[in-house]
Amino acid sequence: MQLSSGLSPRRSKLWYRAWAAVFVLMLAGSVYLLYYATKQVDYVWRWYRIPQYFWYVEQVETRSMLDGDIAAVEQGATGTVITVTGLDGEVERYTVPGGGELRVSQGDMVSSGDVLGFHEVQHVGIMVEAAWLTLKVSFLSIVIGIGLGVLTGLARLSHNPALRWTAITYIELIRGSPLLVQIYIWYFVFGTLINQLLGKYGLPQPSALWYGVASMAMFTGAYVAEIVRAGIQSVHRGQVEAARSLGMTSFECLRHVVLPQAIRRILPPLAGQFISLVKDSSLLGIIALRELTKATRELITSNLQPFEMWFVCAMLYLVMTFALSMLLQWFERKWLTS
Amino acid sequence: MMKESTPMIRVEAISKFFHLPHRVVALDKVSAEIVAGEVVVVIGPSGSGKSTFLRCLNRLEYADEGHIWIDGVDILSPKTNINAMRAETGMVFQSFNLFPHKTVLENITLAQQVVKKRPKAEAEHKAMALLERVGIPDKAQAYPDRLSGGQQQRVAIARSLAMDPKVLLFDEPTSALDPEMVGEVLDVMQNLARDGMTMVVVTHEMGFAREVAHRVLFMDQGRILEEGTPMHFFTDPQHERTKLFLSQIL
Ligand SMILES: Nc1ncnc2c1ncn2[C@@H]1O[C@H](COP(=O)(O)OP(=O)(O)O)[C@@H](O)[C@H]1O
Ligand SMILES: [Mg+2]
Repeated sequence: MQLSSGLSPRRSKLWYRAWAAVFVLMLAGSVYLLYYATKQVDYVWRWYRIPQYFWYVEQVETRSMLDGDIAAVEQGATGTVITVTGLDGEVERYTVPGGGELRVSQGDMVSSGDVLGFHEVQHVGIMVEAAWLTLKVSFLSIVIGIGLGVLTGLARLSHNPALRWTAITYIELIRGSPLLVQIYIWYFVFGTLINQLLGKYGLPQPSALWYGVASMAMFTGAYVAEIVRAGIQSVHRGQVEAARSLGMTSFECLRHVVLPQAIRRILPPLAGQFISLVKDSSLLGIIALRELTKATRELITSNLQPFEMWFVCAMLYLVMTFALSMLLQWFERKWLTS
Repeated sequence: MMKESTPMIRVEAISKFFHLPHRVVALDKVSAEIVAGEVVVVIGPSGSGKSTFLRCLNRLEYADEGHIWIDGVDILSPKTNINAMRAETGMVFQSFNLFPHKTVLENITLAQQVVKKRPKAEAEHKAMALLERVGIPDKAQAYPDRLSGGQQQRVAIARSLAMDPKVLLFDEPTSALDPEMVGEVLDVMQNLARDGMTMVVVTHEMGFAREVAHRVLFMDQGRILEEGTPMHFFTDPQHERTKLFLSQIL
């Protein structure tokens, strides 16, 4: 992989290991330096408090609403059914879900508000919810962005001036302004207009999520279009001429000859574009979408653990982008060998 | 040898202009008639319009002026189904232009299936027969980059033949080949000529022109300057330009 490895002289195994050791030491050193610095400013690391943002268990109590007696305790379909008969003859039934723990038995007297039993409910934490939102927005934007990008890329190469100029205008507008500004425009300008118009006719109004997806998809589409165009143009002109001279239509030529060859050159830069998109979704916090970065910021204001939280946040992005990159590499290999 | 009938190819005063990077008259009112079964070799210096002439015949270039009829069909008419016409006018390129992502067999079956809507089995049967004819049936499952230049060009010829063309156009089919491979491609072409295929061949292989061509066209500066039988052409050229050209390449 190195640039012209033939130029380097022969190296011993020892040389290689020594420099590998230097690398490991530098890495460990950096981590230690950071830790040492935080000690100096009395930062207290509390990693043990982090897992609750991923997963936590809630104890749910079942309470009686009546003063009275426990008339019956029976196994029901979804758990234990406790029948309470009130002093004035009223009857109520409570269910403690299976796996729960009972605090009363038949014949006991209870008063209103007494705990009849407990059970545990598993919850996904805020960070998982936020990561899920990040994934959802990214996935939707990628899918729509691909469609938009392929169509625009083809329009960009069309001989029809209306199509070509539309494509060029779109690409240049998007590439010429910051994504942050585009998100504001989508949400505060288009969003306001569209929602007010829809409201006027009593139609349902899209949520912030959809304006977020729209801005990201439009943004990605313009870059995908340029990648698609470059990929198609990299296919030798002779390929098109050969296909057309055999009688294929321009669509057949595209489908059977040009795109299969272009896709190999399109996939690697496309992977980079999608990874950027996942990271850029962190901007969507500004339109009140609680994605990973916004959720992290919110949690920090309450738990005052910025160091742990920002590292965790970065880690989660890393996991997502790494997984995406692996997926696309697998895709690429599959395509290249078939 | 030549049937006297309506011409397979009739070209009437076609012109072709290019405007970029600067204005060029690539073809200047060229007219020609080629009858069925005729083998015409086109020669001339580089830039004289040979490729443009050939490419106008299957509308890879759209002639700016004039008319072209292939087997009686006006191919410059907007009403003509140009894709159907192109299938019947095969073209073989200097750079082969095989589809690198397809095997040799798939290269030959693709257009049969897509354009002619032949069932796969029939297309493959035909492809194998054609590979047999060009002498490389054993390469059916190979990818083009595993083949020598000569083999690739023979596959390209088979690919064109699979569409049952009425006419085959060759644009310097042996110019990109190593010298030892030129013969195998010319042999295939000679066999096609013998079987009665109508062929227009741009080439610098004067041996081929002498032995196989029925007629030689000499082009210069977008015009057909001189034409005649090989015998007449090589032994008794009329124009100074022709004499000069022949003296340079022979
Ligand atoms: N696509 C094109 N764009 C601009 N000029 C061209 C194009 N194709 C050919 N030409 C010009 O037209 C003339 C004839 O070219 P060509 O037919 O390729 O000649 P030949 O095949 O005899 O070498 C040349 O001057 C060439 O530069
Ligand atoms: Mg040429």
